[in-house]
Amino acid sequence: MRISTFLFAIKQGFKNCVRNKLYSFVSIMTTAACLFLFGVFFAILLNVQHIVRNAQEGVCVTVFFTDEATAERKEEINSLIMNRVEVKDTYYVTADEAWAEFSQEYFGEEYVAGFTENPLEKSDNLQIYMNDVSMQSALVTYLNSLEGVRKVNESAITANMLTSMDSMVTYVAIAIIILLLVVSAFIISNTVNLGISLRREEISIMKYLGATDFFVRAPFVVEGLILGLFGSVVPLVAIYFMYGQAMDFLVDNFFSLQSMLAFMPIEEVMGLLAPISIAVGVGIGFLGSFFTVRKHLRV
Amino acid sequence: MAKKKRTEIDENIAIQLDNVVKVYRDGRKPALNDVSLQIKKGEFVFIVGNSGSGKSTLIKLLLRELLPTEGDIYVNGTDVVHLRRGRVPRYRRSIGVVFQDFRLLKDRNVYDNVAFAQIIVQARRRDIRRNVPTILSMVGLAGKYKARPKQLSGGEQQRVAIARALVNNPPILLADEPTGNLDPTNSWEIMKLLEEINEKGTTILLVTHNKDIVNAMKKRVITMKQGVIVSDEEQGVYIDED
Repeated sequence: MRISTFLFAIKQGFKNCVRNKLYSFVSIMTTAACLFLFGVFFAILLNVQHIVRNAQEGVCVTVFFTDEATAERKEEINSLIMNRVEVKDTYYVTADEAWAEFSQEYFGEEYVAGFTENPLEKSDNLQIYMNDVSMQSALVTYLNSLEGVRKVNESAITANMLTSMDSMVTYVAIAIIILLLVVSAFIISNTVNLGISLRREEISIMKYLGATDFFVRAPFVVEGLILGLFGSVVPLVAIYFMYGQAMDFLVDNFFSLQSMLAFMPIEEVMGLLAPISIAVGVGIGFLGSFFTVRKHLRV
Repeated sequence: MAKKKRTEIDENIAIQLDNVVKVYRDGRKPALNDVSLQIKKGEFVFIVGNSGSGKSTLIKLLLRELLPTEGDIYVNGTDVVHLRRGRVPRYRRSIGVVFQDFRLLKDRNVYDNVAFAQIIVQARRRDIRRNVPTILSMVGLAGKYKARPKQLSGGEQQRVAIARALVNNPPILLADEPTGNLDPTNSWEIMKLLEEINEKGTTILLVTHNKDIVNAMKKRVITMKQGVIVSDEEQGVYIDED
């Protein structure tokens, strides 16, 4: 293949987009509408997962030590725990910090002043934050087996609920995203099909003049790529500008949930959504035009 | 499987059909039934016959749009029946084709329609710039190279189609009812143009219903009826089958 043929295909693909303005507009809008729905749902999924995972990060397991446990042993226990994959971080709470937190939560200033000694002197503890709360029970079993550990506090119900919620949201979201992609692929390929069918005479003329399949197909494929690219960029731009406003609306109108609603920054959402959306748009544009033209090449 | 023995083709033969049969999938009768013919290089041949006589099927077979059910077809020495699919584009470039409905690209001007045939054969840009005006002058449309097909008369559109068919210098021109959509004046002008082209050495196979033209041109006439050649005469006349 000559470079000039390749360049001709690219140039012709762009020209076709301009020549068939209405078809190009309809194709871009159809793709954009499908990918907008996909993008909105994808952004919701990311945020639900983000919120659930934030909640999971707040779940902690607390380890209390035996009277015999020395400071070295406590340090050793901390190192052993930190080596475990499911552990994200640990925080050592001294007896004084434990009392300060407890007294502040349950007593007023005047009552606290009545205590001359720390009633929680034996309550220094290690708070463990996890990467994966579904592994909480395994961690608790391990902690109970360690020498120097007196007691382990866990919140099994919260952990289980969050784990189930995370799984459920993921499965439902994957199912809906697949459904949306299939519907999008169907609608977009039908639009491409319609556009190419309208130009089947042009294809047959090319074939009668001795054009190769590549020569006939390449401009259509370039056109499909361009339309797919524009069709995927339009909804990304729309979602980029609408995202902030939607988040503000939710925070303003659901004030009571503000502590729970930790939304993902738009840059992170776009970092995941943009490559998928562009790949889907360009991919469907490419495959749709490639296979639809093939039907008309048998002349 | 035994390898097919290559048939010896006379160098002076442009088109040769040997016992060609074409039966469509849903057809009860063959569209072509045991058709054999030879057309010499440089000949001008009319194919005439009523609807359903097999004329269009013959053109489609020569363009390799269809394959025969039986028989062999040779065009300029090329075994058309056994031609691999990938070789078909190159084969088609050796044949110019003109249709009744012109089949021009409506969204392109006259120059681009003709240049398109050169782009397909990957001609150099400077050759295209030289060849297209030359061929447009030959068909009398040099002054209308910027016009779109819808701005031209039927006769002019057919001239563009002829220019496009000839710009790559094919040795054979197939014309399927080229005057079918034209008034008598334009029809005669197109026929004169085709005759000039033939005089320069291009073999022309022309399918038509136009009795007056066939009778006036005094060329070889092959008459078909129900898929069979019923007459083949040098300087023949249109035989009315009705």
